[in-house]
Amino acid sequence: MESQRVAYGETLLEIGEDEKIVVLDADLSSSTHTIMFGNKYKERFFNMGIQEQNEVGVAAGLARSGKIVFASSFAVFIVGRAYDIIRQSIAYTNLNVKIVATHAGLTVGEDGATHQMLEDIGIMSGLPNFRVIAPADAPETRKVIKKIAYMDGPFYVRLSREKVPTLLNDYEFELGKGILFKDGHDLTIISTGITLSIAVDAANDLKAKGIDAAVIHMPTLKPIDSELVSKYAKNTGKVITVEEHSIYNGLGSRVAEIIAEHGTAKLKRIGVMDQFGESGPGWALLEKYGISKENIIKKSMEIIR
Amino acid sequence: MNIEEQKEIKLKANEIRTLAIKMIYNAQSGHPGGSLSASDILSVLYFKVLNVDPKNPEWSKRDRFVMSKGHASAAYYASLALKGYFPINDLFTFRKLGSILQGHPTIHVPGVDMTTGSLGQGFSTAIGMAIAGKLDKADYNIYVLIGDGEMDEGIVWEAMINAPHNNLDNLIAILDRNKYQLDGSTENILPLGDIESKIKAFGWEVQSINGHDIEEIYNAIKISQNKNGKPKMIVANTVKGKGVSFMENTHEFHGKAPNKEQYEKAIKELETEREKILKEGST
Ligand SMILES: Cc1ncc(C[n+]2csc(CCOP(=O)(O)OP(=O)(O)O)c2C)c(N)n1
Repeated sequence: MESQRVAYGETLLEIGEDEKIVVLDADLSSSTHTIMFGNKYKERFFNMGIQEQNEVGVAAGLARSGKIVFASSFAVFIVGRAYDIIRQSIAYTNLNVKIVATHAGLTVGEDGATHQMLEDIGIMSGLPNFRVIAPADAPETRKVIKKIAYMDGPFYVRLSREKVPTLLNDYEFELGKGILFKDGHDLTIISTGITLSIAVDAANDLKAKGIDAAVIHMPTLKPIDSELVSKYAKNTGKVITVEEHSIYNGLGSRVAEIIAEHGTAKLKRIGVMDQFGESGPGWALLEKYGISKENIIKKSMEIIR
Repeated sequence: MNIEEQKEIKLKANEIRTLAIKMIYNAQSGHPGGSLSASDILSVLYFKVLNVDPKNPEWSKRDRFVMSKGHASAAYYASLALKGYFPINDLFTFRKLGSILQGHPTIHVPGVDMTTGSLGQGFSTAIGMAIAGKLDKADYNIYVLIGDGEMDEGIVWEAMINAPHNNLDNLIAILDRNKYQLDGSTENILPLGDIESKIKAFGWEVQSINGHDIEEIYNAIKISQNKNGKPKMIVANTVKGKGVSFMENTHEFHGKAPNKEQYEKAIKELETEREKILKEGST
């Protein structure tokens, strides 16, 4: 188990020598771990105080002046509070700002619904010019951060609070490409973000029941790998999506669009069913809200029938 | 306020602190620092000021209270339970799966007037309540507690300009000026400077008090209740973590639960304080 946000902090530190890189946070640098960069590169780190709106406005100004800007906070605050500014000053302008948000989804845990962002994939994918990425684990987070630092234009990266199992040590990250983690013929489970390990566990249990499920990890939500989705929709005819996000406007919705446009397959979506979360231990919340191995297996049996 | 009354309110504040620490320890999550700094203010509000009825939490003529710094929910819930809105035992479900006592306050909890947790919003919603009070020609006041880190948020200043414009003399804001936010001291992260003058310049009537002196808190609120057309701000100078020595004047326990050893030490200190209060005036 490794923490994505620690991996983020470490990677910023690693690439931090580049004087074009500027990092901003909004009084959560000890939680997002941008403080690791801040402690070493004091002059290029700005803790803005609890000002998510001003943070992304300043990020836009820095980017317009040639800087590579990383701006962080919890997903719910940096996307929620600052959306209009992100839209007008970063997306429309197509500026070089990388919004890296931690504490996305239910696994925020005990802080409860006010802090559990479940709409961000939808909100950020709706913005032209933005690319949206949800890594599955710590190694992938490192690769994503290193890569997008030197890709022009705005990115949104969605990280979690909880430590997650490490699965992708040996996989490269390529923008817009899904990862076929396990091949299979009977159905396809597509996951994004930290639910990959749950999808893999489910596929292993399904195997024991004689069902051969493919598992695809989709780190890039936008641009999504429609080719891979179409191919597996066609080959297996049955698709299940899994995400720590609202059932609306996230991975499941995107996959539904692709399937509707490019082919036919049966689809079942697993995500948060148009409701707010609550306080509790992160992984227990995922179970309670049906983002679980058991629910994937249940939906698989339904779809196979 | 006479000595006996003061003593009672100090004891309640001590109970709020003790319960808050127990809740946070039990949940192994929550926000001790800002709960402890606000406990004396909450005690004065709930046990001396607010005209509320725990048997009828939604009574239309009640005073309103908005906990804009919603992360201090432990102290807030403890105050509500002590006031009689729900059983003290419920406090130990705090932050657990299925509990009504969510990590941050929600209006589903009896006695909670506004859902908070995203900083700055509570302050703005309190203005809405004050405007509604004016529209309804109601007699109740709206009290709102905000954090000094919270003052960083733009929405606070938008609300700050709006309140005098609407002549909201039914609005009494209390600023928990404990000088620490999440990542460090407010003076290092984003200094508020001469905050009293800034707020005054926006058209508010401002008082600056010791936020741990029961009588000062009470008197400041009494003065603020005058209907002179202006919103009131009480800058309560406080100590983050007040009452537990190793939590005082640091951001380390902003959002961290104590471990077993720390918990025991904290409870011991609060017990000693309780005994001290009990002895007051009896010599
Ligand atoms: C909009 C928003 N941004 C960030 C946070 C995360 N956060 C919770 S408490 C806190 C610090 C609050 O400091 P202050 O208002 O001084 O509270 P106190 O010291 O009284 O606990 C932060 C940044 C939040 N809850 N809401």
